[in-house]
Amino acid sequence: MTVTEPAGIADRGDPATAALAVQNLELAYEVRGVPREVLRDVTFQIRPGEAFGLVGESGCGKSTTAYAALRYLPDNAVVQGGAVLANGVDILKMSNSQLREFRSTQASMVYQDPVQAMNPALKIGRQVAECYQILGQSKSEAMASAGDALRRVKIADPVRVLDRYPHQLSGGMLQRVVIAMALTGDPKLLVLDEPTTGLDATVEAEVLDLVRELRSETNAAILLIAHNLGVIRSMCDRVGVMYAGRIVEEGNAQVVFDNPEHPYTKGLLNAIPRQGVRKTDRALFTIPGNLPLIGTPLPTCVYVDRCPLADDVCRTQVPPVVPVGEGHWSRCHHIDRLAQITEPDAQITEYDIGTDNVIQLNGVSKTFRQRGHDVPALVSVDLGFHEGETLGLVGESGSGKSTLAKTLLGIHSPDSGGNITLRGREMKSKATDRIAESTRAISMVFQNPDSALNRMWTVRRILKRTLTKLTDVQGAEADRRVEELAEAMRLSPRHLDMRPRQLSGGLKQRVAIARAFAGSPDVVVCDEPTSALDVSVQAAILNLLANLQNDERTSYLFITHDIGVVRYLADRIAVMYLGRIMEIGSTDVMFSEVNHPYTEALLSAVPSVDGEAENRIPLTGEIPSPANPPSGCVFHTRCHRVIEGLCEVTEPEMQEISPGHRIKCHLTIEQLSVPVEIKESATLATLAD
Amino acid sequence: MFRYVLRRLALSLITLLILIAVIFLLTRVFPSDPARQLAGPFGSQERVDQLNRDLGLQDPMITQFGRLLRDVVTLDFGESYSQPGERVLDLIRPRLANSAKLVLFALILTLPLSIVGGIIAARKKDTLLDRTIVNIGLASSSIPEFVSGVLLQYIIGVKLGWLPAVTNIPDDASLITELRYLLLPALAIVFVYFGYIARITRAGTITALDADYTRTAYMKGLSTRSVVRKHVLRNSLQPTVAVTGTQIGYLFGGLVGLEVVFNYPGLGLLILNAATAPDFPLLQAGVITVAIIFMLCTLGADILIAYMNPRARMNLKESS
Repeated sequence: MTVTEPAGIADRGDPATAALAVQNLELAYEVRGVPREVLRDVTFQIRPGEAFGLVGESGCGKSTTAYAALRYLPDNAVVQGGAVLANGVDILKMSNSQLREFRSTQASMVYQDPVQAMNPALKIGRQVAECYQILGQSKSEAMASAGDALRRVKIADPVRVLDRYPHQLSGGMLQRVVIAMALTGDPKLLVLDEPTTGLDATVEAEVLDLVRELRSETNAAILLIAHNLGVIRSMCDRVGVMYAGRIVEEGNAQVVFDNPEHPYTKGLLNAIPRQGVRKTDRALFTIPGNLPLIGTPLPTCVYVDRCPLADDVCRTQVPPVVPVGEGHWSRCHHIDRLAQITEPDAQITEYDIGTDNVIQLNGVSKTFRQRGHDVPALVSVDLGFHEGETLGLVGESGSGKSTLAKTLLGIHSPDSGGNITLRGREMKSKATDRIAESTRAISMVFQNPDSALNRMWTVRRILKRTLTKLTDVQGAEADRRVEELAEAMRLSPRHLDMRPRQLSGGLKQRVAIARAFAGSPDVVVCDEPTSALDVSVQAAILNLLANLQNDERTSYLFITHDIGVVRYLADRIAVMYLGRIMEIGSTDVMFSEVNHPYTEALLSAVPSVDGEAENRIPLTGEIPSPANPPSGCVFHTRCHRVIEGLCEVTEPEMQEISPGHRIKCHLTIEQLSVPVEIKESATLATLAD
Repeated sequence: MFRYVLRRLALSLITLLILIAVIFLLTRVFPSDPARQLAGPFGSQERVDQLNRDLGLQDPMITQFGRLLRDVVTLDFGESYSQPGERVLDLIRPRLANSAKLVLFALILTLPLSIVGGIIAARKKDTLLDRTIVNIGLASSSIPEFVSGVLLQYIIGVKLGWLPAVTNIPDDASLITELRYLLLPALAIVFVYFGYIARITRAGTITALDADYTRTAYMKGLSTRSVVRKHVLRNSLQPTVAVTGTQIGYLFGGLVGLEVVFNYPGLGLLILNAATAPDFPLLQAGVITVAIIFMLCTLGADILIAYMNPRARMNLKESS
């Protein structure tokens, strides 16, 4: 492979003064003696104080790049060429002690899963203080510094947090602690590898706010890895888009996201449900095909197999770096033809929603008993959904979304007093007591298809068993139905004889959906069905779900934390908090009228790839324990519109503020329309107890 | 932590109580007649009846069980049947000391060797060194200790004559002399347990080395040595501690074969003889002694694990 110093990259200044300059890095993982390329000629620079984002789907090499920046690579990693300069020094050539010095003083990292990143056996204080002891402080000095470090990341009560073990803290709090450790000694480079993936949107927003604030304070350069384009857009000055180990486009983050100049970037952006697009507007854009397997030799354009513009030139020549604007370049032969990639056509289909409720929950409560305490997980939930309707269910973790789904499915029995009816007939509360018809009528698609499918069975057997169990169809007729079902899920016949582990994540989720549809259910409960998938795969699954619904008139209960996804797919949205429905309304009114203060905060927390800057409303503190819910309105402890003397005393009734749009709040529409002022104290992280 | 110990202790006592009940019932189902045995084959029926009354063998089961519990609490198990006139406790005491000496000596040899071996194997995973350690361990653990005992005895004790082949330790022996006598049987134990403990340590260490918190420690700029010492071992040795705890308990009573080979008067041999006699008071007391040691060792291991892992303290709270 010929290596040329691309003009667009050279513009960025002297690599010797960059906080991080990755130069023509070629890296491979050796598997059974065979090197498999994961990074191909990766070149980028981060200037001091600059934030650089790397985006791309899983397996594109962005995390490998992040770890290469601190030279933390697995034993089988082989650097085949290139350099990683930090302030002009090649860290790939450092001795072990120089590298340790570099990690303790020059660069540090924040990781994806803060719960795993902290040592479970040691108190927070000891782990934070250790960073300062490495810098030469005595034990007591280091402990004092650790307290200051926690104060710096806005932890309200550092002394108590220092004395806790990791398992006693929430994920958001732990991520603050990890950031505090990363800031030890004011590093010049901060690498954040998916720092908010797995955290609730509200917590994510807090962590991102914190990083943004610290950045202006410390002037550290930031390398941010994220698959969430919204996170990158809201955090970064510049962005690099990676595909199959190569950066295919780089430029100013806003410019790249608003005017992508590479077919992959364009595909990625179009696949995301954004700018308020709904399923009634158009199908989502999908990228055909799959990511090339790691180690596949790719002498040409890495994206050639999935690119709608690909021609013979793309198959035979590595595309050059083409400058397309100020500090913006793209590796594509056909930038002039980009306009040929169009968005999917507008959809003419009207979604046909019935008027009768298929399922109706009447005053359903669920109370668990834990260590002698009553823990109300659901509190008198009234909810119904129509034929062919998608009801989106949103709320932070611990709000009762999954309990609601499990109660509907008959995994949990509701407390006495409430009931669930199916087409007007009351269902037994336990799934095992239900008649076959009720079992057939409700099915589920899980978040993680890996653990939801039997690994030992072929797809055909998985589907056939469900079909013969739930319906009267048997024998050859069942075989025929299985094939029809697979076809409806756009699974090819050869997939039927494979086992789940031979399938990609997206195909596995299709099998899971096929299984859910095997009994022609009336209602399918979808619990975060796309959150483990890459955006291009997510788009295909969402399109599939929308089409199936249109064909079969199935109702969905769609649980998700992704506001873009729920806005795209749902006809109505219900917002839950501490086991109660706080707001419910049609998707249109939820995004146009005033909201419940909790919804308002949730919506403001989502970093948007469209860059519509909004005033973020922080949620004070952590979600209260359902075992000990606050008095009055359960949300009053975190509400930015709380009316003292009222909210903590009386629980509000559901009020209808427009036809079909109901909120559980004391405030009037006028009061809710007034913009809020954010108090400084609201940004502090407090312990929940 | 203190509350955890109390809870754990209470649980152990309940376990012990159940164990004593099981031992009691087991000794009652033996198809034998202790009074007839004591009286001898030619003893009169009156003598047998008298013995039955004296020993309380005709009392209701619950009374007999109560008596056994009292014996356990007062550590007075009465007189041996097979060696009349001897207090059971006096028979057990020296045997317990002997077993303790052998087990302790074997542990002092085994633990450092196998833990270090396991850690090295984990650090050098999939290298020749790793495979060598794992395979030596596997091979040596697959030979029962009384077989390797015989081999050691023959080669080192008899053929080479480097160490005493049997453990007839003189009464006035110094500690060093005593250890010389114990070295061969202890080595047989090392052979069995080295592989076992090294493999457990290796697995635990590999998990801990791969853990995200280990990566965090490296990224702080710690040296490999500090990472292993401060972050890895505390997590990786938990399974080792748990397994060692239960194995010590086993070693006290389970080394019958080795004790026979080296003619070493330990607890295992005592219990075997008591069972074949049968000598009920001795048998019960012997087995209960082993049970108590077993309980104490697992208790000790659990407390140590709770000290190493704060979540273990929480788990007990949730399950009870």
